[in-house]
Amino acid sequence: MPAKTSINLWQSDLLGRAAKDSVLKLDPRTLWRNPVMLMVEAISILTTVIAINDTFTGGNYKLHIQIAIWLWFTVLFSTFSEAIAEGRGRAQAESLRQARSEAVASKLLKDGSIEHISALSLRKGDIIIVKDDETIPSDGEVIEGVALVNESAITGESAPVVREPGGTISGITGGTRVISGQIKARITADPGETFLDQMIGMVESAKRQMTPNERALQILLVGMSIMFTVVVVTLVPVASYTGVQLAIPVLVALLVCLMPTTIGGLLPAIGIAGMSRLLQNNVVALSGKAVEASGNVDVVLLDKTGTITLGNRMATEFIPAEGVTKEELAVSAMLSSLADETPEGRSIVDLSKQVLGIRGRDIRPSEGSTFVPFSAETRMSGINMDCKEIRKGANDAIEEYVKSKSGSITASIRTAVDDIAKQGGTPLLVVEGSKVLGAVRLKDVLKEGIKEKLSNLRKVGIRSVMITGDNPTTAAAIAAEAGIDDFIGQARPEAKLEVIRKYQKEGHMVAMIGDGTNDAPALAQADVGVAMNAGTEAAREAANMVDLDSNPAKLLDIVEIGKAILITRGALTTFSVANDVAKYFTILPAMFMAQLPMLGVLNVMQLHSPNSAILAAIMFNAIVIPLLIPLSLRGVKYTPSSAEDLLRRNLLIYGVGGLFVPFIGIKLIDILVVLLHLE
Amino acid sequence: MLIELLHVSIIAACLIASVFYGRYMAKVFQGERNLLSPIIRPIERGIYWICGIDESKEMTWKAYLGWYFVFEFVCFPFAIAVLMFQGSLPLNPHGVASFSFDEAFNIATSFITNTEWQVYSGERDFSYLSQILALIVQDFWSPSVGIVCAVALFRGFARKNFSTIGNFWVDITRTVFYIILPLVTVFALFLASQGVIANLGPYVTAHTLDGGEQLIPGGPAAAVIALQIICEDGGGFFNVNAIHPFSSPTPLAYWFQMGIMLLVPSSLIFAFGEIIKNRKIGYAIFIAMLALYVLSSPFYIGPEFQGNPILQKIGVAGGVNMEGKDQRFTLFEVMIWTLTSMCPANGSTLSQHDSLLPISIMGIIWNIVVGAPIFGCWGTGSITIIYYFIIAMFLGGLMTGRTPEMTGKKIEPLETILGAASLLLSSLPTLIFTAIAIALPVGLAGLNNYGPHGFMEIFYNYAADAVNNGSPMAGLTTNTPFYNYTLAIAMIIGRYSTDITALVIAGSLASKKISPITKATLPVTSPFFILMVVGTVVIINALQFFPFMMLGPILEHLYMVMGRTF
Repeated sequence: MPAKTSINLWQSDLLGRAAKDSVLKLDPRTLWRNPVMLMVEAISILTTVIAINDTFTGGNYKLHIQIAIWLWFTVLFSTFSEAIAEGRGRAQAESLRQARSEAVASKLLKDGSIEHISALSLRKGDIIIVKDDETIPSDGEVIEGVALVNESAITGESAPVVREPGGTISGITGGTRVISGQIKARITADPGETFLDQMIGMVESAKRQMTPNERALQILLVGMSIMFTVVVVTLVPVASYTGVQLAIPVLVALLVCLMPTTIGGLLPAIGIAGMSRLLQNNVVALSGKAVEASGNVDVVLLDKTGTITLGNRMATEFIPAEGVTKEELAVSAMLSSLADETPEGRSIVDLSKQVLGIRGRDIRPSEGSTFVPFSAETRMSGINMDCKEIRKGANDAIEEYVKSKSGSITASIRTAVDDIAKQGGTPLLVVEGSKVLGAVRLKDVLKEGIKEKLSNLRKVGIRSVMITGDNPTTAAAIAAEAGIDDFIGQARPEAKLEVIRKYQKEGHMVAMIGDGTNDAPALAQADVGVAMNAGTEAAREAANMVDLDSNPAKLLDIVEIGKAILITRGALTTFSVANDVAKYFTILPAMFMAQLPMLGVLNVMQLHSPNSAILAAIMFNAIVIPLLIPLSLRGVKYTPSSAEDLLRRNLLIYGVGGLFVPFIGIKLIDILVVLLHLE
Repeated sequence: MLIELLHVSIIAACLIASVFYGRYMAKVFQGERNLLSPIIRPIERGIYWICGIDESKEMTWKAYLGWYFVFEFVCFPFAIAVLMFQGSLPLNPHGVASFSFDEAFNIATSFITNTEWQVYSGERDFSYLSQILALIVQDFWSPSVGIVCAVALFRGFARKNFSTIGNFWVDITRTVFYIILPLVTVFALFLASQGVIANLGPYVTAHTLDGGEQLIPGGPAAAVIALQIICEDGGGFFNVNAIHPFSSPTPLAYWFQMGIMLLVPSSLIFAFGEIIKNRKIGYAIFIAMLALYVLSSPFYIGPEFQGNPILQKIGVAGGVNMEGKDQRFTLFEVMIWTLTSMCPANGSTLSQHDSLLPISIMGIIWNIVVGAPIFGCWGTGSITIIYYFIIAMFLGGLMTGRTPEMTGKKIEPLETILGAASLLLSSLPTLIFTAIAIALPVGLAGLNNYGPHGFMEIFYNYAADAVNNGSPMAGLTTNTPFYNYTLAIAMIIGRYSTDITALVIAGSLASKKISPITKATLPVTSPFFILMVVGTVVIINALQFFPFMMLGPILEHLYMVMGRTF
């Protein structure tokens, strides 16, 4: 398990920095990225000026100054939420940045000499050399040599990994450390574009790109703010026609309460928090768009090996021939595999020990035995001991071997072999001399927890497709066991790309995970392409997310996080809009009750006085933002269920809740305002 | 009780008929062979041949929108010119005078946008030429233009990876010949059989019992009323609209006028279900509209039946409020007519709205501002309810963690933003123009009543025109350049924002692929989602109009309870 970098939300130094940042973020030049809050800031400035003016001219300054203060708090709480989300993400990324900026790179020049330069001045295409105990200065691809690399700085995983040219383990990341070995690598990123830079950029609001959905929501929120501005401004002449002159700070209080400040204020924090939630899962999204798309994915392409099954086949059963006991078969199988260092061989030894009830670690064959290693010609391995020749191997190889000793394979063994193959396993036969002792069932073993994950996927309507090089029978059996919806057997490397295109043409959104150079086109074609960090540079470049743990099952977590981000936005938008009903019933009667006392019937909460009502509404509106910070950072809980159930639940909690909560909240604050004589 | 049930069942019958009429419409717009093909197809072909239209050639949304504008830009100056010079043009037996530019502009806008707001008195101020060329022609064209935009939008939903959304000229021709003409012909004959007048003769002067003189109007009332009732323009042939005995001579005549108002708007939604090959969605949208329609009924049957509290207090009149209503009709008849006519933005009136109690008027204004999506105008009604579905979808999609889909089409930022913009553009002008009118002396000059009632009259008028409903509350003198221009602008914004966005969205949707339905797809047809759409409609409108409602009808009602009127 990788150690997850969890950062305590309420750490004091984080809070201190966030408080400072929240003030700095009031600068309109940075606040323009959040137009709703920029509007509130402009309104706050206007109200402050009026309130100060009232102090000298004897207007209702007591109320107006308080309104101004709470308006400022509304903006500050919003920038604070953004700052704290950023702070968390930054804390995760900061340590990495430090490690890298100190690094010195040994650049290999064309004439073969080496130049020591700062890591930050490396450019794409440069060749570097990294030796024992040096920090890798930038992202690159190993072209020569082998090294053991400690990547704990980015993955949290302390076990070192091997990096060598070609294949799927050639990628190196800036900021990680070589423990032993020496490699020559080609740099693949310009300064400011490395993986680490991208990672940091995703959690900094100034650099963060808004996702399409987020942008649409923001435009809608601006539209709503304009709508409410029209509602409030047009109220002025109508009120004055009715004989009521409205003070600007009171109008402004109404406007800000109606504007979607709750969601508007928390929107940046939700986006940043989403990115850092991914980071906590050791996934780096290279585009926010991909995170959003992952919530839309309805087909996921999974490699069989490593994702659905453990990498290797394991022995799971001994099927003895007639007249042979299971124990006899187990002993022979074990002996034949003692020297077999392949995972299959070891799993046979393990299974035999289980069957025979042996606990000891060291089992040795009798003196004078010789091992017969696996060879391509015989396709068997085994042992010669005590004049016995024990061999194990694939069905056809053993059949040939037995025939050459003029023996034969019995019908019952043939049936066993067929059954094993039909059920998706691989049969091995164990033979002593010319006598077949029985069959060993080698089977793909599912990864722990994969079944639950796949069934969760199905619950949310996502189809899983398994890609494997196995023959269709084997593939079907594994698919059935794991609960996979569809599979592509005997897949060639190009198959992935074709499958993705096919699904996309049908209107599906496809996610896939891959590591090899072969996977690059498919990763680029997929709507969400996740490359494993250990994968080739080609794969990493084609993908829009990188999984630092190189754990293919991560795709499922990514989908859930993508959905949770959207749900959080939706829930808070609904909450924000539903709140407006109570605010109308608070402020409108308060505005008119003095001159038109009959409108007091609309004061359903029986608030104490117009002043206390207006204050209570504007205070509630401000305070609700910090109260919702934990929710927006954590995200609304997402439990896999059908769209209808999700909608029903979230609408009841945030829609209906949003209707009633402010009635209670405003009433309570009103009581408090009266108690403290603030009105 | 029996008579009330009869009303409800006539409306129900028309709604059920609309299911089948919708299927017929779908066939017409998809160019499939239908019931009337044998008769109309040759005429249709002839028209294409004469006009040089290649009916197999489809248009992109840009071309479609382009021809839409060309069409409207030709109609405008023509209608304005006819109205401005009607005094010196033929077919003017009563020598009516020409309209000034602001009047002509307002009237032309009103008819071209299918609002049929009447700043004039139909029988008194128009020459027959104006009636025919400026008004009746537009009675055909303006609803047709509305329908073709909706149909283009439907096609956008139905098509997959397409660049075209239909042929504007073919759609217009088919609407006029297959949808409007047969229905209007049958209905006009029915009305004439009931005694609704139909002639081209001069007005008759009658000598009344008390020795006065009364001008009895004539004209092709049956045809025009059939056309106007069916096409939701609701502009009366007579100034007092449907109350006029020549307009509603028998119970059958006005019962069916009431029912048929809902026919085409409701059919269109079923046609949507047919065209996208998913009838369930058509039903779902229909249910949402019906729910909104039924939900607003308490406003109508509540206050009027309880009567005016002031009159009851002094013991003058017990029971119901019959002020401004013809004694020929029962109160229930009047109110259900009003409800039914407000919802499809028809605006035909069977009573003087100015004389209703404040809360009833609030109900009417509510149905006017919300009314656009409750059945609504031809075309724009369907478009608007689809927009509300889109907005609800966007929120629902967010809350289920997925880009929303409607009938497999991904609802993306473009659709959401355009839909929201269109909805705001048909409601915000109401607020803005009302505020301007109430702030300026030139606006206040039109008021004949004061206090909240006067405010309500202005509010009502702009609301009705901005959503192209056009019903009058009366009590406000609006034939001034100020009102003529501002009301016309409100009508133009309301209408074109809907139609233009519909065509852009149609183009965008048509080019998209259709995503398969999975468990993660938010089901548009689930009762819970329909409830959410209804909630969205109510909340969006309530948030915009609550302050005005408070200072208008609610305040007047509270004053009235205290014994004060305006």
